[in-house]
Amino acid sequence: MPTLDDLLRLLTLRDYNTRVVLLGTMLLGWACGMIGSFLLLRKRSLMGDAISHATLPGIAGAFMLMVAFGGSGKSLPGLLLGALLAGLLGMVSVVAIRGLSRIKEDAALGIVLSVYFGIGMALLGIVQKYDTGSAAGLQAFIYGKTASMLDSDAWLIGITAAAVALLCAMLLKEFTLLCFDQAFAGAQGWPVRRLDLLLMGMVVVVTVIGLQAVGLILIIALLIIPPAAARFWTHRLWRMVIISAAIGAGSSLIGAAASALLPRLPAGALIVCVAAAFFLASMIFGPCGGILVRLLQQTRLHRKVARQHLLRGLYEVWESRGRQGPPEADWHTMLAMRSWKAGRLHRLLRQARRRGHLTMPAPLTYRLTERGLAEARRLVHNHRLWEIYLITHADMAASRVDRDADKLEHVLEPEVVAQLERELARQHPHLATPHSPHPLES
Amino acid sequence: MFDWRMFDTWIVVVGAFSAMACALVGCFLVMRRMSMMGDAISHAVLPGLAAAYMFTGSRESGVMFLGAAAVGVLTALFTQSIHRWGKVEESAAMGVVFTTLFAIGLILIRQAADHVDLDAECVLQGAIEMTPTDMRTFLGLALPRAAWVSGSVLVLNLGLITLFWKEFKISSFDPALATTQGINATFMHYLLMVLVAVTTVACFEAVGSILVIAMLIVPAATACLLSERLSTVIVVSVLLAAASAFLGHLSAITLPRLVGFSDTTTAGMMASVAGAFFLVALLAAPRHGVISKLLTRLNLSLRIVSEDLLGILYRLEEEGKMPHADFPLFAHATGVSTWRIRRALARLRRSRLIVRHQSGFALTDSGREQARQILRSHRLWESYIDRLLNASSHSQHFTAERLEHVTDASTREALAKAIGLAAQDPQGKDIPEN
Repeated sequence: MPTLDDLLRLLTLRDYNTRVVLLGTMLLGWACGMIGSFLLLRKRSLMGDAISHATLPGIAGAFMLMVAFGGSGKSLPGLLLGALLAGLLGMVSVVAIRGLSRIKEDAALGIVLSVYFGIGMALLGIVQKYDTGSAAGLQAFIYGKTASMLDSDAWLIGITAAAVALLCAMLLKEFTLLCFDQAFAGAQGWPVRRLDLLLMGMVVVVTVIGLQAVGLILIIALLIIPPAAARFWTHRLWRMVIISAAIGAGSSLIGAAASALLPRLPAGALIVCVAAAFFLASMIFGPCGGILVRLLQQTRLHRKVARQHLLRGLYEVWESRGRQGPPEADWHTMLAMRSWKAGRLHRLLRQARRRGHLTMPAPLTYRLTERGLAEARRLVHNHRLWEIYLITHADMAASRVDRDADKLEHVLEPEVVAQLERELARQHPHLATPHSPHPLES
Repeated sequence: MFDWRMFDTWIVVVGAFSAMACALVGCFLVMRRMSMMGDAISHAVLPGLAAAYMFTGSRESGVMFLGAAAVGVLTALFTQSIHRWGKVEESAAMGVVFTTLFAIGLILIRQAADHVDLDAECVLQGAIEMTPTDMRTFLGLALPRAAWVSGSVLVLNLGLITLFWKEFKISSFDPALATTQGINATFMHYLLMVLVAVTTVACFEAVGSILVIAMLIVPAATACLLSERLSTVIVVSVLLAAASAFLGHLSAITLPRLVGFSDTTTAGMMASVAGAFFLVALLAAPRHGVISKLLTRLNLSLRIVSEDLLGILYRLEEEGKMPHADFPLFAHATGVSTWRIRRALARLRRSRLIVRHQSGFALTDSGREQARQILRSHRLWESYIDRLLNASSHSQHFTAERLEHVTDASTREALAKAIGLAAQDPQGKDIPEN
């Protein structure tokens, strides 16, 4: 377990190495988050998956070449160059398979991913037989070893990520149009194909520089999870890009820091788990389509609809008595009005009494108050308006109208009601307060 | 150059059983456009495996299969619910789920590393070379334990697919139709997911969890290029899978010798060989291959040039100007490359439609007959377009120029009937008699 002293050292960034590594990883997360947003919107999220697996033969091949030419084989720029070339080749292969045959995108991705990875494995199998025994470091690329990153590696990652993020910010407008209306962008004379290739090229670059920090298999998570989480917070693209970048940077920072404290845990896996936690929180609490918000909206709508049904039902009972006596009904009449359960009706009645729409003059008897009657009258009025409108304009059979009117009246805007009313008043001047066009059920 | 031992045979047997089991379910994944689900599940079983190891402390238990099958279904379930509840696009939802599960698996494995003989590399890459060291005898038959495991999964997949053949087939092609026929498409979906997960676990020891996806998808996609019948696709993909296992191991122990090393990983070479099969099919498949498409196109363009050359020769004879024509004239009249004209002339001479004289090429009798039909088509079309469509004479000629190559005898007679008994085309040239 880390001691308090370790924690303090980390939090105060006392080590130069820790500072650089954290900064580099954070920039990487930032760049991945930005680019991932566009990938998500173009529905290409899994392209990153194929590309990241496809880099393996490039890494192994670069190592073999560098050793063959007398180098140590572990120079990071050389390995990254190999990975970059293989990643680009993988991307081109996906496009070629899709274009040249009947194979669909998903299978093309799977083929490139697995075959390139297999070739990489076979090459690594040879590399492991080298006498120099220096192949061990290559494993870091598959799982990521942030803690053992050198300063120079971290600088390389940080600077490249910053450059990618800057380029992405400069091309924000172009990429936005590419994501939302590719045909329009093409018609405007923009180089759509080149922009697309540039985007994919940037995916390859961040994937390759991320190999060391997060590992070959998990780098794709940084491209997918932050943007998917960011979508729950905003509907505007530029905000989504920034939020996604921030989530990416945050999870990289927290994950890398935790891995520095607990060296037994792989950094890549920790980073991904932190990002997944962000995603889960966003999916539950996010204001744009988050689960809680949607549940709340649904419950509110259900409650409103049920309340309106209750008031209207009571009014219609009173109407069927010729509006004689007080507007009231007993429990059993109301229970028979609709197919609602006793418990639900009970709750509804209690809510309506709390709102001041109902009183209970005697046990199990419910009477509309002044306010309740006015509200019920307004609802019935709306409902009848719709019924007549549907019958006269939409040629609906009178017996089928009630259900449709039920659904529509709850979403009616007051302006629409006014317009309908004008229309109906013009056609049927005598219908000041419309009567029900079908017999009321009592 | 190398010596094949019993050891190698066992490796091939394990590899082939695993690859065939994968290919069987893989066909349905590819057919349903869910290939990446195979990828997702094969990554996501890691925590299930790790948890099972930590629980039982051994590699050979039913608990492992249960854990993996559970995680496989969970992957599909989580993906579905994130897709539905969060309105996240399906492939992105899949990406979120499997990377997270994989990360959790890595952490679990790192935690368990002290107690259990298990590391992530073994799960990722497999250790097929070690499988023959663990032989088990059952019913008097001695096979490597891994072969028993992958063999049983192969039998399981085969049995279930035969049993639910109709259901799998219909729900893969048209889930809505399946539902109207009383087939529970959702059940079939999850059954397939369970099969993929179980197969993945059974094979990870042989080929590793990542290369399982190569065996799931690549042979199936290759077979899809070669055939259109589901049953043929399945048989071909299973055969390809077995061949990949054999050739993969063979190349793993031979190819590295060319560069001075003893051998490399069999699993990696199996995936590479499967990829090579795919590449060959992509290029050379009989109907949908790149080469056959190119050849068809080339053949068609040569036929069109040849027919144009016949037409030119016939027109020359008709005008009585020059009975024989030579190369520069053809090049000038058709405007296509000299290479194509040479090929077309060779083709015409081979089928004895033209002959070569000293002054140039001339039609033979059968060539003249064919040329006459082409000219008849051309001029009939010109008249037809002129009379019935009122197009300009320029477009008449170019439309007729295209249509003359695709007009058969019955169409010609229908055209002749449609324009009445005209003997001349709009330019006043004779329409050759039938």
